[in-house]
Amino acid sequence: MKILVAYKRVVDYNVRIQVKPDGSGVVTEGVKLSANPFDDIALEEALRLREKGVATEVIVATIAPADAQAHLRNGLAMGANRAIHVVVDKPIQPLTAARVLLKLIEKEQPQLVILGKQAIDDDCSQTGQMLAALWGRPQATFASKVEVEGNIARVTREIDAGLETIEIDLPAVITVDLRLNEPRFIKLPDIMKAKSKPMQSIAFDTLGVDSGDHHEVTAYAPPPKRSKGVMVKDVPELVAALKAKGLL
Amino acid sequence: MTKILIVAEHAHGKLNSSTAKCVTAARQMAPGAIEILVLADDPAAVAAQAAAVEGVTGVLTIAHAANAHPLAHVLAPQIVAAATAHTHVLGPSTTFGKDLMPVVAALLGEAMVSDVMKVVDAQTFQRPIYAGNAIITVKVPAARKVIATVRNASFAAAGSQPAVAIAAIESNVALPSHTRFVALQAGASDRPDLQSARRVVSGGRALGSADAFKIIYELADTLGAGVGASRAAVDAGYVPSDMQVGQTGKIIAPELYVAIGISGAIQHLTGIKDAGTIVAINKDGEAPIFEVADIGLVGDLFKIVPELKQALG
Ligand SMILES: Cc1cc2nc3c(=O)[nH]c(=O)nc-3n(C[C@H](O)[C@H](O)[C@H](O)COP(=O)(O)OP(=O)(O)OC[C@H]3O[C@@H](n4cnc5c(N)ncnc54)[C@H](O)[C@@H]3O)c2cc1C
Ligand SMILES: Nc1ncnc2c1ncn2[C@@H]1O[C@H](COP(=O)(O)O)[C@@H](O)[C@H]1O
Repeated sequence: MKILVAYKRVVDYNVRIQVKPDGSGVVTEGVKLSANPFDDIALEEALRLREKGVATEVIVATIAPADAQAHLRNGLAMGANRAIHVVVDKPIQPLTAARVLLKLIEKEQPQLVILGKQAIDDDCSQTGQMLAALWGRPQATFASKVEVEGNIARVTREIDAGLETIEIDLPAVITVDLRLNEPRFIKLPDIMKAKSKPMQSIAFDTLGVDSGDHHEVTAYAPPPKRSKGVMVKDVPELVAALKAKGLL
Repeated sequence: MTKILIVAEHAHGKLNSSTAKCVTAARQMAPGAIEILVLADDPAAVAAQAAAVEGVTGVLTIAHAANAHPLAHVLAPQIVAAATAHTHVLGPSTTFGKDLMPVVAALLGEAMVSDVMKVVDAQTFQRPIYAGNAIITVKVPAARKVIATVRNASFAAAGSQPAVAIAAIESNVALPSHTRFVALQAGASDRPDLQSARRVVSGGRALGSADAFKIIYELADTLGAGVGASRAAVDAGYVPSDMQVGQTGKIIAPELYVAIGISGAIQHLTGIKDAGTIVAINKDGEAPIFEVADIGLVGDLFKIVPELKQALG
């Protein structure tokens, strides 16, 4: 079976994001970009399923501007068989991403689509769920364990109440949480190998997707700052400070 | 006229406090009506609690055996069928709401606003992006339904009122059988629930083992506090995953948050930005946690925590 992995490029998680002084956006010029950490985990899981013989082919897909080829090469170097680049000229919102991914599903007919549970730029945590809804197929979100047996996936999900296990019929959508696996490191020979792997480029406009970018962002602001506190030197001072604040 | 439908979160016959927080957010949208929808196998007890949440104008229930467990693709079509006359459909920004509400939005052909932290008006909201490093104002066009999740930590729970009417609705939409609940392994704890606790004590990687984490539980018990952890502590297996606080764990707003042996990575701080008072105990005076702490104490936690427990106990 085929697995499609949604592989988004985002500002690297180590970058301290700054809001532009005029409130028109965040500073992304010259900032390091990387794969969304959850998407690396999604890809890793797909690769492991292929290595176990459950899957035969792993496709990474991204919806991003034209300069995202290096990002997809990264996914290929990690081990994906091929890549699909849907080229857009500006960032899109989750409903549009889900509609695009549905088009790719119609073309590729994967049994499993694996996404990150959230993109760490927009922090929406919507795309996988929307995709499952549009596709009319089951979802298992926030996965920390995935077992595929025949046409069924048994997935453990990290939810507020603890760990929930559900069973879903394939084809299906899975979104992954941090503890599912630890993504492999890319080795130099893999980077060389990736250069010859197929990468398909599709212009967004040719897909016939209605934009779902209904929402308008009217302002960006830095978060309210917490004022700097006091340092105490020992436990009695700490207890006194708590008492002074009426907390004890 | 603004008419808001709130999807109730509940378990074991109890309405989750996140629902009353959604009601508070809903009231700030100056609505004509706020209805709570309870989907359950037996909704009576939860519906009665929902009817008594201040500001609620009506409660709708759908009783169905398939609703015994909150499976998104089972609940969503019923919600969509119930929401035809509503301008807004809201759910909590908990794993329940995050799993479910995007399905509702997509079935309706609508985009969604995640993690509303402030209501500007009925169509305009503020929400965090980049782990809370930026706050955006999002406007939903007037002609569109608002589908949103409401961030627990940003709204107080609505109070109580004399119960309003409860109406059972029949749902005849087809429900899928492609998703089946198998089991829930709940973090059994009689400590205050992390998400609603007034006090929370959290431990980090510095604890070094599940065994050593005991001193965090003991301190928490002395304070009557809930217990949280950093991702590093969860990943290392010291505590279960439902205790993780942060961007990808729980976002909490206790009156008092005590961070012990936690460095203060941006992803962790996102989870505690709305806490009343943050206390940090760390042996490294340069740790970033001290930049946000209201009260900081530099030193060895293995010495300080027992001493603190003694002083409080
Ligand atoms: C996509 C993504 C999402 C993430 N989501 C989250 C999240 O939701 N929540 C989260 O917490 N993290 C999250 N992280 C991880 C985060 O970046 C940090 O790695 C993590 O928070 C570090 O945990 P820590 O502070 O316990 O460990 P460390 O950073 O290792 O800090 C340990 C601290 O303990 C102190 N210490 C050591 N010994 C002692 C002692 N004896 N006494 C006192 N102090 C001592 C040290 O000085 C140090 O400051 C995420 C990361 C990524 C990439
Ligand atoms: N533009 C995109 N390109 C590829 N994958 C995406 C894109 N947007 C969202 N995704 C996938 O959807 C997941 C959740 O994103 P979000 O709903 O934006 O939090 C991400 O982790 C990706 O797997």
